[in-house]
Amino acid sequence: MVKLFPVKTGLTETILRRTPDQVHAVEDVSFQVMKNETLAVVGESGSGKSTLGLTTLRLLDPTSGKIWFDGQDISTTPESSLRSVRRHMQIVFQDPSSSLDPRQSVFNSVAEPLGAAEDTGAARKKELVAEALKAVGLSESQMKLFPHQFSGGQRQRIAIARAVILRPKLIVLDEPTSALDTSVQSQILLLLQKLQKDFSLSYMFITHNISIANYLADRIAVMYLGKMVEVASTSELIDNPLHPYTRILVSSVLEPGSTTGLKDVEVRGEIPSNIHPPTGCRFNTRCPYAKEKCSTEEPEQREVRPAHFVSCHFAEEIAAGVNN
Amino acid sequence: MSLLTPEEMSLKVQNLTVRYKTGKGVLSAVDSVDLELVKGKIYALVGESGCGKSTLGLSIPRLLPEDQVEYSGKIIYKGTDILSLDEDGLERVRGSEFASIFQEPLTSLNPVYRVGEQIAEALSVRASRQGYYTGGPVQKPSAAKRLFGFGTDSLKGYSSNLRRFFPRVYDLLEEVWIPSPRRVAEMYPHELSGGMRQRVMIAIALAGSPEFLIADEPTTALDVTTQIQILKLIKKINKEFEMGVLLITHDLGVVAAVADYALVMYAGRIVEEAPKDELMQNPLHPYTQGLISSFPKGRKKDYTLTSIPGTVPPLGMYPSGCRFHPRCPRALAGCPTQVPPIVEVSKGHRVACLLYGGA
Repeated sequence: MVKLFPVKTGLTETILRRTPDQVHAVEDVSFQVMKNETLAVVGESGSGKSTLGLTTLRLLDPTSGKIWFDGQDISTTPESSLRSVRRHMQIVFQDPSSSLDPRQSVFNSVAEPLGAAEDTGAARKKELVAEALKAVGLSESQMKLFPHQFSGGQRQRIAIARAVILRPKLIVLDEPTSALDTSVQSQILLLLQKLQKDFSLSYMFITHNISIANYLADRIAVMYLGKMVEVASTSELIDNPLHPYTRILVSSVLEPGSTTGLKDVEVRGEIPSNIHPPTGCRFNTRCPYAKEKCSTEEPEQREVRPAHFVSCHFAEEIAAGVNN
Repeated sequence: MSLLTPEEMSLKVQNLTVRYKTGKGVLSAVDSVDLELVKGKIYALVGESGCGKSTLGLSIPRLLPEDQVEYSGKIIYKGTDILSLDEDGLERVRGSEFASIFQEPLTSLNPVYRVGEQIAEALSVRASRQGYYTGGPVQKPSAAKRLFGFGTDSLKGYSSNLRRFFPRVYDLLEEVWIPSPRRVAEMYPHELSGGMRQRVMIAIALAGSPEFLIADEPTTALDVTTQIQILKLIKKINKEFEMGVLLITHDLGVVAAVADYALVMYAGRIVEEAPKDELMQNPLHPYTQGLISSFPKGRKKDYTLTSIPGTVPPLGMYPSGCRFHPRCPRALAGCPTQVPPIVEVSKGHRVACLLYGGA
């Protein structure tokens, strides 16, 4: 089981004045990913979802806060000691063309984690790579080929093979299907489903695509400008969105076969900068329900319905349709 | 200016083939395509990467590099074949009849000019084409003037030629739902968000008062909430100006939201076309069926997503006969050898598949 608590990451931008500007990429975020579960982290640009994924794996260091993995606090563990934990946490990136070394054969790329984690003999390595390739729908005979000889979807499979070869517990997937064609996207989603079952994996699935989150995730966490505004089970969140931002996001989803066309979604304004985010609730500048309190006081994350957490001062009133 | 009926104003693409001259020989990206765009309607051209939809979209205003491309067939518009026009003739068609907007506005907008000026330039070009006096050729302020900037008078930096268009510039910015048009007109493209930039592009397109808008993946690079705003804008323009729209996209959700009519492309050919609702509810071609069912529409506990096996064939490696046959779950014996003819199954619903006749 993976547990995380307040993770505050500020990435320092340029130092043009005396106090350096900071990009408030992720601010005060707490969440958990349970064993065998898929948590989708959903958000638009500047939401901090990618930063969150990278920091969870300590690929970026948190500015403050704690990260627990399997009962162990790994927030400040030095790199050298992280190795033994790292084999249980892996990542798959969005662009399979840049995440695979074009000068390494498929075998070398997929085998790379083996070298980092433990001493494996050559024969055993070959066996494990073949197994991993088979698990992702590729063939042992393709081991000697190079990434450019494969299609985008196949390259993503190679990246996934590399991520599962050590049988990790948690895989962070950062927009793994966004760069792929639609027909290939579903192939990869089905593959991920199968692997999760076969290897008892936990996924932290970062995406801007709510249709995919709705399909694949057990729970969904919504991020806006560095803050986690709502977390709930998939059906709860999609059928009963409580945060005004989530409501807009869910109604912005376009699906084939829908006969409602462009629904009466009122999307106001644009996403503000995360170097100087709005005061109080970060969504207040665009929220149709905003009151004075919203621009002065940051809302706490509260359990408004069972296992349904929202950061909004007026979540209950909005849900009841009272607040207008 | 004669008043033509919508039918006479339509664009008819007839048996169009577009071939690229590549290192691997001359490869056809668009193969024997017929299509008709009627003014005032929104057509979605759907397909995955490499299917030829962008090539088709760029062919209509002939925006492809002429020395690398070979055309055959016809593109008839207002009685003229666009493929037979010379540069002068094309200048009259581009912008004034067909305006294009693309996926990444940052590469379409000039980074060193303020957006208001770029819109004004489009207006100026249109005015000069229509024979209105524009005060001679457009004069930009000298480099020195530009470098040292100006005071608070926002119009000081522009030549008198362009100044006269600024009231209309502000109108257009308002038309595309940009708040504070006077302020935004003074900004440079990099100072605007993706959604704003795309709206500026649409404003530039509107400046020419075109009959048709060709939009190639206009919302793909934008956030989901911004996408809705832009699609609403395109719909508004379509309605308000009776502008025909060719919307090129890979996203079936976008098609469902805005299209009147949808055309599905695969490996250079149109495989199916129908009014949007008909296509979504009654897809006939196995590729269309696969595409629609591979779009996640529910939860994993309730149903299993399906997918189309295999991958899209790259340019130059298209299978013989029906190009989809190696991936088709319903392929017939004749599919690898016969190119399926287009069959009209019901009004407006056409499909190129041996399952529906033509064998």
